[in-house]
Amino acid sequence: MKVDRQAGVRRRRRTLGMWAAGAAALALAAGCSSSSPSSSAASKSSAPITIGVSVSLSGDFSGDGLATKQGYETWAAFQNAHGGILGRQIRLDFLSDGSSPTQVVTNYQKLITVDHVNFVLGPYSTLLTKPSSVIANRYGYVMLEGIGGGPSVFQQGLHNVFDVSASAKYQLITFAKWLAATHKPEDVAYASMTDPFLQPMLDGARAYLTAHGFKSVVYKLYPLETTDYTPIASAIAASKAPVVVLGTMPPDGYAFIQDFIQDKYNPQILIEASGPDQGAAFVKAVGAKNTGGIMVPNTWFPGSTYYQNAQMVSLYLKMFGGTANNISADVAEAFSAGQVLTQAVDHIGNTSNAALETYLHSGATFQSVQGPVQFASDGENQAATPFVFQWQNGTLQDVLPPGVAHPVPVMAVKPAWGAGG
Amino acid sequence: MVILQAIIDGILVGGFYALMACGLTLVFGVMEIVNFAQGILVVLGAYLSYALYSHLRVDPFLSLLITIPGMFLVGIAVYWTMIKPIGQDRVIMSLLTMFAVGTIIEGILDLVFTSNLVQTSTSYENSSLRVGPLIFPYVYLYAFAMSAVLLGGLYLLLYRTRFGRSLRAAMQNTTAARLVGINTDWVSAFTLGIGVGLAAAGGMVFGLTNSFDAASSYDLISRLLAIVIFGGFGSLGGALIASIVMLVIEDVVAVVWSPTWGQTTFYIVLIIILLLRPQGLMGRRAVRAQ
Repeated sequence: MKVDRQAGVRRRRRTLGMWAAGAAALALAAGCSSSSPSSSAASKSSAPITIGVSVSLSGDFSGDGLATKQGYETWAAFQNAHGGILGRQIRLDFLSDGSSPTQVVTNYQKLITVDHVNFVLGPYSTLLTKPSSVIANRYGYVMLEGIGGGPSVFQQGLHNVFDVSASAKYQLITFAKWLAATHKPEDVAYASMTDPFLQPMLDGARAYLTAHGFKSVVYKLYPLETTDYTPIASAIAASKAPVVVLGTMPPDGYAFIQDFIQDKYNPQILIEASGPDQGAAFVKAVGAKNTGGIMVPNTWFPGSTYYQNAQMVSLYLKMFGGTANNISADVAEAFSAGQVLTQAVDHIGNTSNAALETYLHSGATFQSVQGPVQFASDGENQAATPFVFQWQNGTLQDVLPPGVAHPVPVMAVKPAWGAGG
Repeated sequence: MVILQAIIDGILVGGFYALMACGLTLVFGVMEIVNFAQGILVVLGAYLSYALYSHLRVDPFLSLLITIPGMFLVGIAVYWTMIKPIGQDRVIMSLLTMFAVGTIIEGILDLVFTSNLVQTSTSYENSSLRVGPLIFPYVYLYAFAMSAVLLGGLYLLLYRTRFGRSLRAAMQNTTAARLVGINTDWVSAFTLGIGVGLAAAGGMVFGLTNSFDAASSYDLISRLLAIVIFGGFGSLGGALIASIVMLVIEDVVAVVWSPTWGQTTFYIVLIIILLLRPQGLMGRRAVRAQ
């Protein structure tokens, strides 16, 4: 009997031990689970907050992709020096997408499902943001971005994408309003890459100007893979339109100017969507004496007094060198996305993407280096005010809208090629 | 007049595309391999000219005295180290090999020059000659003249030299050429060298007229392959005609209709030609008759 009781005690101890081990294993498994969308609000982890980003370090968007990466890196460095987010350091996890919509999808899937990052931030361009936001939405992640404002992004019916910058169709509105207010209706020549961001920019301005009596004498759309812009530039030159509006990326933006110079065609007013905002690269490509009067829209400039802008500029120069005027606007757009993420996560107090999405949709106003940010129901920034800049005497000056920041007067007529100015 | 300007632009630009395409078709004609690295070799030539101009102020056209021989040697080296070891089954393996060579070169260029777009900017790149209402940019005139000289030199090499006879013999029948004592390995090596050397020249002009980075090679190789197919694999005359036809079609359609349809129209023409003449304009049958 004694032996039986001892055997029974041993069995009970083994059973209890097994239950205890099982409970411990469950507790261990729960503690080791990744901080994905449903992370506990009460987590006091000191582990870094990981943020995944796909950037275009090669391919057609490589120039802007590099600036985008630098913007995120500047923000992370700034924020880490100020305590990080929720007291945790930020760690950026970059993957290169080669400017490919297919690769960007693969990248965000990996960042979310394999690397289990806490948050994701957007890539460069509408072309890449659109498919990325779908992937983020599938896994319950918020897609905060600053460089993907084409209408197609917001027409997907997603609730997880938020653009901190001015969306595409409004980027040239400030210029169009100025032209309509200060000039009698005249001929306008338009050309744009068939890009989901650039074309809406151009079409937005064209619709406004056409409604105000400006005649569209040339309207050319060209595919991304175009390498010879000579015939398009020649057609614009042949029209002799005094106003030229171009939806360009840097390579074609430079090429059009070179072709206009070769064609000895000097429009009175010339604005390009992108290219003249590339600082030293633009000056080198077209020649310092040919920059005068050329305009470019932008959502940011180095001398802006918006939130943390001076610190961003200072830190960027320390990290990457160069001069303030050569900082690409992509840097500010990326930095802005990080700023909004910081403010929103600090407010909700946890790393839950669901809570983040709810808060971003609440109508709250955030501050950024590009100015105030407030999201409409479709994710567009309804508080954004795009600027217009113009090259004057070798410097890119903010000229529009008047009364905001410290603009200088607009140079009403572009100087002749080679005259400087 | 806009259409005439577009035709002129197409002819001028087609001239230096012919250089790049001739290198590609020559290699196929002798070695029966498609040099998938031709696009990146053009970009390599562009970078070399850009670097010589940026750092040493060597005029891009003069830089060809350095870059063409240099890349000629690169072509020979690629043949002996990559193509020759493949042996008999070289048609399929060479596709992969040259693709790998291209990828390696692209990676090295990205590492050395980064992904920032660059362009060889000279004092004359924006200058042009006006003849009535027509504009002739000087850089394209110089490039066209250079292309004419180089292609003329290539013609003389092929038809007035012993090496040229050996090369044409190898193009017609490699086995028979070996049987009569022609060292087809050296002919192949020199042919690849010539093809790569021509890429250097085309690359120099490409770098003068376009902003580029290593990734620019992808658009280039697709256009060059289309030109070579249109003209007929192995036909230099076909490559020249096809280059000019392609660029003229693109430019005229761009001004008359839309740039979006420029390349598409060319490919439609390409398909029609191939349906009527599967060997291209001056394809293999014409080559055997040379």
